[in-house]
Formats: sequence, structure tokens, C-alpha cells
Amino acid sequence: MMRALSPEQVVIVGGGQAGGRCAEALRAAGFAGRVTIVGKEVHLPYERPSLSKEMLISDEDESIVWVRPEQAYAEERIELRLGVTATSIDRDRRELHLDDGSVLIYDALVLATGARARQLTVPGADSVPLHLIRTIEDSRALRSRLSAGTRLVIIGAGFIGLEVASAARHRGAEVTVLEAADRVMARAVPPEISEHHTALHRSHGVNISLGTSVVSIAREGDAIALRGSGGETFVADVVVVGVGIEPNDELAREAGLETDRGVVVDAFGMTRDPQVFAAGDVARHYNPLLKQHILLESWQNAQNQAIAVAKVIAGGDAPYAEIPWFWSDQFGVNLQVIGLPSADAKTIVRGTSGQVPYVLLQTRNGRVLSACALNAPRELRFARELISSGAVLDEAMLGDPGVRLADIVRDVKQRKVPA
Amino acid sequence: MSEQQLVPLCLISDVTEDLPVKAEIKGEEVAVFQVGEHYYVTQNLCTHGPGELAEGFVDGDEVECPFHQGKFSIITGKPTAAPCTVALRTWDALARDGQVYASTTPRSGGGEAA
Repeated sequence: MMRALSPEQVVIVGGGQAGGRCAEALRAAGFAGRVTIVGKEVHLPYERPSLSKEMLISDEDESIVWVRPEQAYAEERIELRLGVTATSIDRDRRELHLDDGSVLIYDALVLATGARARQLTVPGADSVPLHLIRTIEDSRALRSRLSAGTRLVIIGAGFIGLEVASAARHRGAEVTVLEAADRVMARAVPPEISEHHTALHRSHGVNISLGTSVVSIAREGDAIALRGSGGETFVADVVVVGVGIEPNDELAREAGLETDRGVVVDAFGMTRDPQVFAAGDVARHYNPLLKQHILLESWQNAQNQAIAVAKVIAGGDAPYAEIPWFWSDQFGVNLQVIGLPSADAKTIVRGTSGQVPYVLLQTRNGRVLSACALNAPRELRFARELISSGAVLDEAMLGDPGVRLADIVRDVKQRKVPA
Repeated sequence: MSEQQLVPLCLISDVTEDLPVKAEIKGEEVAVFQVGEHYYVTQNLCTHGPGELAEGFVDGDEVECPFHQGKFSIITGKPTAAPCTVALRTWDALARDGQVYASTTPRSGGGEAA
């Protein structure tokens, strides 16, 4: 591995979870040089999961999870340049240029610029206020508009859209979710979980319209009219757009670094420039376990891939190699997904469809590839052991809810089933 | 530990090395662990989020929270993996006559990790 020798100045672009964790981990790994975080947002680094959940249910901000308390940055000599945007990188001179006119010199640069919520581009979308959820300000703005009887239309039934639906029902809003695909969370979970969650939302009074994309939007008095692809019209007081995110990879691209919907990096988080790294939502990194480059928009990746990059900069030589893990909380049901669900894998169900707890395993040739769990986080953790082991297992046993996953894991470890 | 300060938590047969259980000490939820031949008791709620450590995954002498996969030492209660930074409270535990007992007052815990 090529590496910059003994960096003395690390600059982290991005003051989100990945940026904050990277700085913390540099110090934890013994890095004694200068560490600077450049953050576009005015806030200290924070975690985003609550923005679409607790933050919308409460009227207060107590659910915000800060990566570190404020004094930790001073104690650990981590310089914060908040409310400032990086405008360009001069890689020859190892300079980062900021929009306040200042220039930071780096030996190692970490791009933790994250992602932004994708905008809707249909006709009329720019003529009405549309809510996106990505920042503290976004969540505050949305919750101030949600009360009993508010007609809320959510475009997109991914994690964000469905979590907003759950929170909005808590506030008594009338909620409609429009999803272009034929099932909810189609990108993230197998059909069995989509079916469960569609039924869950409908049982809580959410109107879910599948196979419905929005073709145009128009103001209608104080309300907003959305024309669906089936010809129907949905009238809303408030509209939330949750149609995915776009990585903020422009800074890297303009600096001549390789991008592919994200900054392309190796398993150590390094670009082809050994002094430039990427971490978190913006990093299309090589995962040695999956043997492919992946872009992960998750809490786990924002924390742990960023920590892995910090350790490499501090002199370590371990790649980031974890099995992807996601979670979502909707109407009191905790959904967790481990591994990457595949459309062509065999599905094994543990439990009764439509009921919790429920565990779904996906296998190929007897090896567990991915798992989903509803209100069964520990079972999911045992499934992770089965995925990591690569063991070939009896599928009838995997599908027998009378055989505990804990016992299967124990057997695998004791017998050392060959991978 | 003096005898009068002991409170029964669960049966020894309720706990295995890979499956801790939830119990109570004076109204407070705790998690009971077995590591090798010894038993350990920590607070049940993670110090970082709403995860329950009795539902956690045990790896050697560490427990991984089911909520965010942060980790703690079962023996000392100290955090060992992000995002956890605050130690768990722990209680002295004792196995006798098929039962796991704990002291009524915690031994340690709270505060930032060193």
C-alpha cells in the first residue's frame, strides 16, 4: 500500500458523523499532529438517524445525538471550522480552499462530504415548497408543519419516507405515501419485508399508493396538488420528498480524482492520490468481504469506515471489512438488515409472516448471504456470525424456528465448518 | 459481600455464555452474564442509546449492544467500541445453590472512559 509518510496535518472536509468520528479516531490512534474539521453546517458533528424519527415526534431537540460533546474537541485539539464550505482542492500544493477565502495545507485530506437529499425534478416541483430531510433545520421545519389533520403526502417509500410517515401519524397527520416501485423499500429489503411493512403502515392509517410516480405538481390555493402517474390527483398541505440521496463528490471530481456516484477509494479509504481519502456516505469503497466497490448510506458505515480511514492515516494497515448493516424504526417495529439482500437468493423464513419477531435469511448454495429481522436484533447478530463464517448449512435446520440460531452459531464455531 | 446485601436474580440454568438474561435489582433492570465459570451483572440499558444489553451479543468477555453494535467489557463495564463512551454500572455477582445473586449496591460505573 502506498502511503503519505508521517502526516502532520490532517484536514477533514465534512462535519457530519463520518468527519467527527474520523477526527476522534485519529486521536484515539495516537495521531498527535494537527486535525481540522471543515463543516458546511453550523452544528457540531451529529448523527442523522433521529432526524426522520424522534426529532419529528417531539417538539424539542433532545433527541439529537452529537458525535462528541463540545468540550471534547478542545480537549483533543480538534479544530472546528464550521459554517464554512470547501470550494476546491489543489493537490499539487496540498491545499484546500475555503469559501471564506482561507486556505488549509494538508498532508492527508479526508473527504467526508456526505450526501444531499435528491430533489424532485417533475414539472412544477420548483413552484411549491417541498420538504427534504437531511439536516437538523430540515427536521425542525417539517415538524412545525405537522399537526392533527395536516394532509401530508410523502413521495418515496424508502426508509426516510416511511419513517416520516410513522412520525407524522404520531402527530395526527393524514398521511399518503406515493411509491413509484411496486413495493416499499424495494432497494433495501426482500419482498416479504416490504409486504409486512406495507400492511403495518396501512394498519396505522397510512395510505400507501404503490406503482405511483408523481408526474406534475401545482399550487392549488393554500394547498399543493400532485398528479399521479395513474391520472389521480393527491392534495396536500405539506409534501415531503424522500427519493434517495446524491453523494457530494464534486470537490473530488473537480480535483481530478476518480468518482463514480461517490469518491472511488480502496479498502483503506484511499483514492489514487495517497494523500486523499474518503469516508462515509460519499465513499464508494472496496469491500473485501463482498469483493466489490459499494456506496453505503448508513450509520454503521459513517462511523466505522471513517474510523478505519483514521487508523490508516495514523499508521495502521487494516482495511475496512465489515458486513453492511442497516436499521429502521417504524411504528414501534425495529427492522434490521445485514448483508446485501439479493433478488436471486433463496429465502428462508423463521417465524410467521406478518408477525413479529420475524427473521428472514437469504442463502445461496447453503451459505447465508443476508438476513432481515423484525424486532429480533440479537437473532440478526447471530445471523451475522453465520454470514461471516461462510459455512454451508442445512437449510431445513435454518428454517426450523425450534432450532435457535445461537445454537447453530455455536455448532459452526465448535465444528469449524469449512468455509 | 455480606449476606444481607445479596439479592437473587435468576437461576444459573437461565443464563448461558451466549444468551444473557434480564433481571432486576431494587427495581432497576440489569443484565446477567456468564463468562467461563463466572457470572457478571451490568445495567441492562446501554449508556449510549435505548438498546438492552440482555439482548446483546456476547463475544468472549464483551457484550455488543443490539442497537448500535457498540461494545462493553462485561467484567469491568468499560466501553470497548464506538459509539459507547460511558461505562456501564456493574454489580458483584455470586452463584450459589443453582441461583445467581448480586450485591444490592453497584460496584462501579458511570463517567467517561479513560
